[in-house]
Amino acid sequence: MTFVAKPRVHHPQLPLNDLGLNRRDYEGAVSTLCAGCGHDSVSAAIVQACAELSLPPHRFAKISGIGCSSKTPSYFLNASHGFNAVHGRMPSVATGANLANRELHCIGVSGDGDSASIGIGQFAHIVRRRINMLYIVDNNGTYGLTKGQFSATNDKGSTSKKGVPNLYEPIDLVSMALQIGASFVARSFSGDKQQLVPLLKGALLHRGFAFIDVISPCVAFNNHNGSTKSYDYVRGHGASVVTADFLPKDFIATAAETVVDYAPGTTETVALPDGSRLRLSKLDESYDPHDRAHALAHVLEAQQRGEVVTGLLYVDPDASDCHEILDTVETPLNALGEAELCPGQGALDRINAGLR
Amino acid sequence: MKATDIRDPSYFHKVVDCQWACPAHTPVPDYIRLIAEERYTEAYMVNWESNVFPGILGRTCDRPCEPACRRVRTEEKPVAICRLKRVAADHKGDISPYMPALPTRKNGKRIALLGAGPASLAVARDLLPLGYEVDLFDRDPAGGGMMRSQIPAFRLPADVLEEEVDLILNMGVNAHFNYEITSMKDMLDMNYDAYFVGTGAPRGRDLDLPGRQEVDAHISIGIDWLGSVAFGHTHSISGKVIVMGGGNTAMDCCRTSKRLGAESVTVVVRSAFEVMKASDWEKEEALDERIPIVNNRPPKEFVHENGKLKGVVFGCVKPVRDEASGRLRYEPTGEPDVYMECDHILMAIGQENHCPWIERDIGLEFDKWDCPILDETTFQSTHPKVFFGGDSAFGPENIIWASAHAHQAAISIHLFCQGKDLKEDRPPEGLNLISQKMGVHEWSYDAEHDPAQRFIVPHADKSKALGNIKVEVELGFDRALGAREAQRCLNCDVQTVFVEPLCIECDACVDICPMDCITFASNGDEDDLRARLTAPAENAEQDLYVSEELPTGRVMVKDEDVCLHCGLCAERCPTNAWDMQKSAIHIPQLGTYAA
Repeated sequence: MTFVAKPRVHHPQLPLNDLGLNRRDYEGAVSTLCAGCGHDSVSAAIVQACAELSLPPHRFAKISGIGCSSKTPSYFLNASHGFNAVHGRMPSVATGANLANRELHCIGVSGDGDSASIGIGQFAHIVRRRINMLYIVDNNGTYGLTKGQFSATNDKGSTSKKGVPNLYEPIDLVSMALQIGASFVARSFSGDKQQLVPLLKGALLHRGFAFIDVISPCVAFNNHNGSTKSYDYVRGHGASVVTADFLPKDFIATAAETVVDYAPGTTETVALPDGSRLRLSKLDESYDPHDRAHALAHVLEAQQRGEVVTGLLYVDPDASDCHEILDTVETPLNALGEAELCPGQGALDRINAGLR
Repeated sequence: MKATDIRDPSYFHKVVDCQWACPAHTPVPDYIRLIAEERYTEAYMVNWESNVFPGILGRTCDRPCEPACRRVRTEEKPVAICRLKRVAADHKGDISPYMPALPTRKNGKRIALLGAGPASLAVARDLLPLGYEVDLFDRDPAGGGMMRSQIPAFRLPADVLEEEVDLILNMGVNAHFNYEITSMKDMLDMNYDAYFVGTGAPRGRDLDLPGRQEVDAHISIGIDWLGSVAFGHTHSISGKVIVMGGGNTAMDCCRTSKRLGAESVTVVVRSAFEVMKASDWEKEEALDERIPIVNNRPPKEFVHENGKLKGVVFGCVKPVRDEASGRLRYEPTGEPDVYMECDHILMAIGQENHCPWIERDIGLEFDKWDCPILDETTFQSTHPKVFFGGDSAFGPENIIWASAHAHQAAISIHLFCQGKDLKEDRPPEGLNLISQKMGVHEWSYDAEHDPAQRFIVPHADKSKALGNIKVEVELGFDRALGAREAQRCLNCDVQTVFVEPLCIECDACVDICPMDCITFASNGDEDDLRARLTAPAENAEQDLYVSEELPTGRVMVKDEDVCLHCGLCAERCPTNAWDMQKSAIHIPQLGTYAA
């Protein structure tokens, strides 16, 4: 909790984006989370990504459930729509929002408690339905708001702050998302914005369900030697498999960049709907970020070894989203008037006739 | 870059821009906080200790601190530091309990101070508490030097001047007024243990143009004329007056003329308005009193008829910026010369330090510009017993420089009288860092940033002010306005101190910093680092604070340039790797520091 208000004055050379806004215009209220919480870095990364992409803040819907993570939508994009849902029920509200207005950018922020425990059923179904949104899980492996009990993503054998070991197997949300149809799956670390910000940009522009599991250490309860979700553990055991660089629409490689000699088969670019691209650099030539089964196997194997695989694990730029699956009209449903919604007796008669 | 050595007193001193820019290094944020707490007497004493004349300087200082103020870089207008100094002086209570104790037994050393201006008075103040016997000599009938003779009463009321001058004289100075010093040799024969020359820059420059001799009766040298007004010899001026020159003396001359009954007053300057030497606020005051300032007009000739001045012919030039040097030079515009009628001319085109009474064969050497050759640290001349300070040392500056010189000269005199080495034994600067953390989220200073604009100081009613030379124009802030202006201070002396071993590199400080001052990056040389920071650090005059290497191989780099000292980095740091610590810079001075 911070009692000093963040001054409105900003760096005199802070750049303006295409909308004439600076990064500070994308901020929210000052965080009331504990000092050093990884979640605040995730919020800062969202602010940076949205500002650099020149996305209009008022065209966002930010939706969350309950928990430390779910407080964070207050701390970014002040000028957007928001809904703080019941515990674990963020996916239903996000689904409704996206179905009603397909033109809004939808960001859902949830935590390991909200998505892997009380809301795991909702989580599974929003993945299946491929709602066009960015779903972030701020994953710290602990129930911070209730003082540090193990959450469902806490690794077996890792200990509480007092040294008691966790006896149960963890739920890996990345593996679940891969298995049931997410078309953009990544894992990142709140302490590494160089990795996280391009992933957020790619996910925000991706059409379909984009899932990012962000390891976001809880400094108050789960940042100790026995934890596998601490700053030190992730820095020591994190293994980036595919690095994503965001290339804007008007990107032209500088002379220095074209000289960079990538080993054959290790880089590729993935087109995003607005014309920008993601440049993927693979550390291992054999890794295929378009092969769901391969990605899943890699994640599981790494998990056995105690490694935290990060980076863009899977992407399918051509996947369909929920609106395409349902074949809805281009016009957002909330913009349809009475004439379109109630076409009259004649239309009903024709439909009935077609069923005879 | 190498990790910053924050134990070097000058590192954090430089972050306190106002204190660094002040020649006397007055701890500005310290006294502004005291004003905010309505502790005016203590605020006054902080000033008195450092700059000796808070009430006078609070009205007349050249304010090198204000353009340096961080607020100029973060927003636009600096904190009104000078006017806050005046708030402390105007509202102070009884200062006698704070005055230094004066030993009843003298230490046996006798010091002669030549000139009774700010430099000599400040030396006296520093030496008297150590038991020196101090004799002061001045040709004027009262103390204060140029503060009395050259600054008009509408800027500096006599009672303010006298209070601060008398405070020192009453510490036990043996004052010899109306004492015209005619020979340094005679002074040396009086066999004092040391001499301090603080005779200022008393000679106003003249202009030798055609007609100058013929109209001598109608031309006055600005500073001499102001002195004669100050001592009551001149009460009026009539007809059309032209003031030549663009410095503060010119502004004082024109505003004084207006008050003494001139039919019209015009200031004519040979250079452009922007490069005039006068302080911006002095120019504004003159314009506000509807005194025209005519620029780019070098004088050519004094026109006279039957021994009476009729007017002045001026050439017309325009400023041209020299591509190579970036300096302004002046080219004729080709327009015909301008003739301006006038009955009286006040010449305010500069002044010089001038010591015709110092014999050139007594071992005291002068350089080719006729200035004494001095050591810049010790202020000792080539005659070991003789020290200089104020305008007589390195030419015309202003009062605050005189205070600064005086402190150094007093240390030198003290060391000299003890037979110590003036450089080897000079006391060093020091630094104390004191944590301001009071509790988990509690700081002992007001960390909140106040976005208020600079407050405007009230002025006396113009019709009243212009009718009487003794009516002070600026009224100063009252307590309420002073308190609000004090809130604008950013507390730059409350430093962000970083302790590497505690940092877990969580980025909380980077995320919260409103000014993007903090970056964690791989190390590099300074130019490279400056370009790679969260916000590029383009102001090379402001240092980068670089940590030792952190566990990830990166370093913490903080650009000091626009830091608001809001404490949010320390507030959001989970491990107290950041702390807000007040830097107390110890500038050696007799009496405050064992010399």
